[in-house]
Amino acid sequence: MNVAVAPMPQFDETVCHLKRGKQGDVLNIKDLSLWYGGVAQALFDVNMTIEQGMVTALIGPSGCGKSTLLRCINRMNDLVDGIRIEGAIVLHGDDIYDRSADVIALRKRMGMVFQKPNPFPMSIFENVVYPLRVDGVRDKTLLQETCERALKGSALWNEVKDRLDQSALGMSGGQQQRLCIARAIAADPEVLLMDEPCSALDPIATAKVEELIDELSGHYTIVIVTHNMQQAARVSDNTAFMYLGRLIEYGDTEVIFQTPKAQRTQDYVTGRFG
Amino acid sequence: MDVTATSPYVTQASATKSRVRQTDLRSRGEPFVWVLGGTLVFGIVMIVGFLVLVAWNGIATFIPEPIAVVTTTNGTVIAGEPSRTDVFKPDDNTLGALSPDVRAAISQNGGLAGRTLYRVGNFDLYGEDFRWVTDFDVKTVSYPKDMVYVERLEWGPFIGAVKAITIENQVIDGLKLDDAQFVKAHDEARARWARIHEIERNEIGAVNAKVDRARLSVRKAELDSGRDSPAYEHAEAQFEQVSADSHSAYDRLTAEVQELRAINDRSSVTFVDIGGREKAVPLASIVRAYAANDLGPLEKVGVYLSRWGEFLADEPREANTEGGVFPAIFGTLAMTLLMVVAVAPFGVITALYLREYAKQGRLVSFVRISVNNLAGVPSIVYGVFGLGFFAYVLGGSIDRLFYSENLPNPTFGTGGLLWAALTLALLTVPVVIVATEEALAAVPRSMREGSLACGASKWQTIRNIVLPRALPGVMTGIILAMARGAGEVAPLMLVGVVKLAPNLPVDGIFPYVHLERSFMHLGFHIFDVGFQSRNSEAGKPMVFVTTVLLITLVAVMNAVAIVVRNRLKRRFVGSQF
Repeated sequence: MNVAVAPMPQFDETVCHLKRGKQGDVLNIKDLSLWYGGVAQALFDVNMTIEQGMVTALIGPSGCGKSTLLRCINRMNDLVDGIRIEGAIVLHGDDIYDRSADVIALRKRMGMVFQKPNPFPMSIFENVVYPLRVDGVRDKTLLQETCERALKGSALWNEVKDRLDQSALGMSGGQQQRLCIARAIAADPEVLLMDEPCSALDPIATAKVEELIDELSGHYTIVIVTHNMQQAARVSDNTAFMYLGRLIEYGDTEVIFQTPKAQRTQDYVTGRFG
Repeated sequence: MDVTATSPYVTQASATKSRVRQTDLRSRGEPFVWVLGGTLVFGIVMIVGFLVLVAWNGIATFIPEPIAVVTTTNGTVIAGEPSRTDVFKPDDNTLGALSPDVRAAISQNGGLAGRTLYRVGNFDLYGEDFRWVTDFDVKTVSYPKDMVYVERLEWGPFIGAVKAITIENQVIDGLKLDDAQFVKAHDEARARWARIHEIERNEIGAVNAKVDRARLSVRKAELDSGRDSPAYEHAEAQFEQVSADSHSAYDRLTAEVQELRAINDRSSVTFVDIGGREKAVPLASIVRAYAANDLGPLEKVGVYLSRWGEFLADEPREANTEGGVFPAIFGTLAMTLLMVVAVAPFGVITALYLREYAKQGRLVSFVRISVNNLAGVPSIVYGVFGLGFFAYVLGGSIDRLFYSENLPNPTFGTGGLLWAALTLALLTVPVVIVATEEALAAVPRSMREGSLACGASKWQTIRNIVLPRALPGVMTGIILAMARGAGEVAPLMLVGVVKLAPNLPVDGIFPYVHLERSFMHLGFHIFDVGFQSRNSEAGKPMVFVTTVLLITLVAVMNAVAIVVRNRLKRRFVGSQF
């Protein structure tokens, strides 16, 4: 593979042509910069808003910082040693990087689906209601209703309704991932974060998860990181193209994939590099 | 050797030369594989050989042997179980006294002669248990059917013939050892003996314990509120009451004992040894008697099994060389379980903090190295620490605070089950910490992140996700700790293991569990029986039997733990994606 970008590229301001949602924005990312180990900068002054009820895709070549950006949103990066973050992310008016912010309360307002399905070693039922369990919910009917709603929401209900008490580890990979989506939406999050949710799945399971994302959009605000440009084109309303830690172009998915404004976006989506 | 100069990749020209790529034996690593395999085989052979040796010696110990009657050339006759044989070099004096053809045979054999060790028993008559008989002294060997091997409560085995059987002061003619009448009388006498034992040990013990408690509460009242206080007077009145009560109980029990003894005294068996000396043995002191040369295969199996039963279920007698090891089995089990109860939470909590909460830095590395090094400290050092800290400091403080009435007699201020278990817990805690840390580190990051992303706190994540997932690894650590702890002897000798402790740490006397008591341990029992007893030749087979038992016990405990671990593994680890 030839990547003909020998000299350090000059970056312009982010090209923005955002498709606005009807309900305004959920997240406001302001001048976000991030350093790993104090020296290696992974994000450079990222500015973007995430629209309520829409699917936002983050695309870009490997190492461009899209997963890092996603993990900043629910402060998963806090687990990494020696990380430094500047800037702000505002969720419905609350700065999540404020010193007084309660990380746990914040994470309860978001759901996250990971690259690899990570069901817990418990029954299917317990997996789905885990977010409620950690909130101390004991009401059996509430738990059962939540479980059913979440599993129906993740299109898994019909497949597992007869074996809710069986271990989640016995499910297939695609089912496990949809279970993780059910778990993520069980507590009705304000934002659903998906970190390459289909990269470990086969094409059929991928199709099902994409279908599911389509159904969830509108109800949930979804931010999805994907390697797969076709997937981004299929499922998202807005797409952000990132390159070397910078947000190059952000806006309407159709524009990004058909008439990109930035040269680098065009090179990427037409397969010239990446 | 300059490799680069001959390498085909140095110049364009040489790179294009075709070259046969050969792999010699060394580069393929075959000899290395042979060394690895050979070492493994060597190790396996050593372990299997050890197990077979111990198991064979242990299992064969209880097989009843025939009794040989040996007549020697100088006219003495001995009867005994052949115990073992070896060869030796007779000195010149001995050789000079021998006939020329025997001498010729010996010199043909390189100057070596064979000899056999016979267990002749009858220690009360002969003053020795074993006797060597050199092969050239043997005139005849016979196996008369009337020879009887008698295991009795005192003086070791008796080997001889039955002369007369007295039951209820009546000599009964023609009665044999396997007649129903004798068996019945014997069983009854043994039952009476067991009852006497029970009374003397437990019931009188309980009465004494009661009096002792009353006495101690008087002393306590004296210490707490002085001699003139009403509390003291009350306690003393109670003490009088209790001693009066116990006197009558004591009298009743001793009367019963005397009555049972009197009945038992009326029955006995008179044996006669091979030299014609008679010995009357009370029926109740005969543990087992069988005609060694007249046993059918079934009877042999019966004797064998009954010996195993006695070994596993009874108390030791004859300075531990005879009887059973039940107190030692119980002590080993109780101590190991207590140790696990202490070491598991302590080790797991320490490892949790080290791995999950402590800031990974120089201090934590130092602590971790120290913990690992603790595993290399000689175990006797832990014994010294256990004695100095647990028994003297901790136990001494407990005594002063709660058992001051018993001072200067120590209650917890000396070695005991609890201190031994804690000492071993300390000894094995590094194993648990290291295994737990590794198990925690092996929990996939995705699991923790999944839980945290659901809004779980760190502690909730650890409790719900990380710990269950790490549990099989923790169990591995506990299994290793158990295996090490159960086999450890040296530190125990300092902190509570004794040669003979017939009072189990758990009994019917209030408060039922006596963690301060000293106890018996199979590992120490092996040492004691083999090397510390009056009759080490008699103890030798017991060494192997006890070793077999200790190995079995450790193996069973480990097997149980491994089964538990595998179930946990199936439940919590499963097939990871």
